[in-house]
Amino acid sequence: MGRQRGGPVIELRNCSKRYPSQLGQAAVDALEGVDLTIRPEEFVCLLGPSGCGKTTLLKAIAGLVSLDEGEVYIDGDLVTGPGPDRAMVFQDFALLPWADVVTNVAFGLELRGVPKATREKKAFELVQAVGLAGFDHHFPRQLSGGMQQRVGLARALAVDPQILLMDEPFGALDALTRRLLQEDLLTLLDRRRKTVVFVTHSMDEAVRLGDRVVLMTPRPGQVRDIVEVGLPRPRPPDLEKHPRFAELLEYLWQQLREMRP
Amino acid sequence: MAFWDKIRETPAGAEPRGVLGWLHVALVPLTLTAFVGLWALVVRVLEYPAFILPAPDRVWVRFLVLAGDGTLGRHTLVTVGEVLAGLALGTTVALVLGFVLSRSRALERLVAPYLVASQAIPVVAIAPLLVIWFGAGATSKVLLSAMIVFFPILVSTVAGLRGSDPDLDDLMRSYQATRWQTFAKLHLPTALPMIVAGVKVGATLSVIGAVVGELAGSDRGLGFLVKQGQGIYDTALMFVAVIMLVVIAMALYGFVTLLERPLLAWRD
Repeated sequence: MGRQRGGPVIELRNCSKRYPSQLGQAAVDALEGVDLTIRPEEFVCLLGPSGCGKTTLLKAIAGLVSLDEGEVYIDGDLVTGPGPDRAMVFQDFALLPWADVVTNVAFGLELRGVPKATREKKAFELVQAVGLAGFDHHFPRQLSGGMQQRVGLARALAVDPQILLMDEPFGALDALTRRLLQEDLLTLLDRRRKTVVFVTHSMDEAVRLGDRVVLMTPRPGQVRDIVEVGLPRPRPPDLEKHPRFAELLEYLWQQLREMRP
Repeated sequence: MAFWDKIRETPAGAEPRGVLGWLHVALVPLTLTAFVGLWALVVRVLEYPAFILPAPDRVWVRFLVLAGDGTLGRHTLVTVGEVLAGLALGTTVALVLGFVLSRSRALERLVAPYLVASQAIPVVAIAPLLVIWFGAGATSKVLLSAMIVFFPILVSTVAGLRGSDPDLDDLMRSYQATRWQTFAKLHLPTALPMIVAGVKVGATLSVIGAVVGELAGSDRGLGFLVKQGQGIYDTALMFVAVIMLVVIAMALYGFVTLLERPLLAWRD
């Protein structure tokens, strides 16, 4: 699966997903006719208001959600379910509360039958890489939200996926922690080239992190616009002083405003 | 402080105790002493005859006599045996059925009405029936105890096995975990606190099942002693038997709580 260099291409073709009506709730058109091609090693941010199907789209790529119409292809192969080429990072971290940091980070490897010594060595390295040295045997509830998400990130990286699928990973964090994690994520990715699909409802975050920003509309979830960010990489620490940064935020804000119901 | 909180408390010396801390430790003995004192006072002032309300010292003497000639030990052992067997049987059946029902909503819909209906039948009402079917021996008591233990453990097992965080289920799927892995590494650890809580409730209820069975028909056990005491107006004997039953239930509860601690250490 995948090429030696360049990583995989993700293609979404005419993807539609409708959640049928449930007790007291109308049916929701989560996705309608979404076409999108994600380039190898690209960092794509899916941006849009709540309920615009961003997460559904991400889970379709992950193979966790079956589409009513359309297909997802990774390097030309039809996605029919989850695979070892992809790993998820969740908004609410999704850590095992009864397992310590190392066990959580090694969990994906454990499920794949990697021997304990090997997987814990790898986990130990990643715990350090994400800045949690010394917290190896802490339990999730002993860690702050930011630290918990570092564990979630390390766990996803531990299985060495080609594609990282991140579902509003910093959405539950305070502004300061969020900025720190954004920077650290970019640093981590500098050393490991991955294709990243990153769901967010923060314009600022989308522009700071992404190569492209896919702007989505709610109900039905459709692609409204795709914006090339075009800011230099690695991203300078004073990114907000870059004229392009303000320009992009202004443009995205205009678009989001027009979407208002 | 309730005694179940006391059991969970950190060992003495683990944290500095103030006056309040010592008061907490002394609280149960203090209230117990006060209660027994009040009991003795009521008997003395209102001059109840011993067959209505025996004084605490009378019960104590009765206890010493019964314990001394081995009667109490023999009957207590019988009841404890029935209770333990009932608890083990009820727990096993509840865990197995709980696992099966948690896997299949359709099966649950089919079986649930019967399970709920079975709980609407008072155990007291079917105890005589079971004695007819299975005789006056231990079998009918074990079955009654198991029946009463079964339901809370079943409910907590089903709820626990279904109660995992949907994100964690997605995580398991995204790592292509096998069914067995998802059960062993996610659903079972998630359910464990609830299952243990169910067993705690079951442990205290198990005593009721066994005693109801003994009352319905038997020639041994603490329930039998209660009935015997009633027949000859030996109220002190009834008190001794009832207090022993309470002690058994508390001991069982304490034992399950002790098991719980290492099992759920990650929560503290």
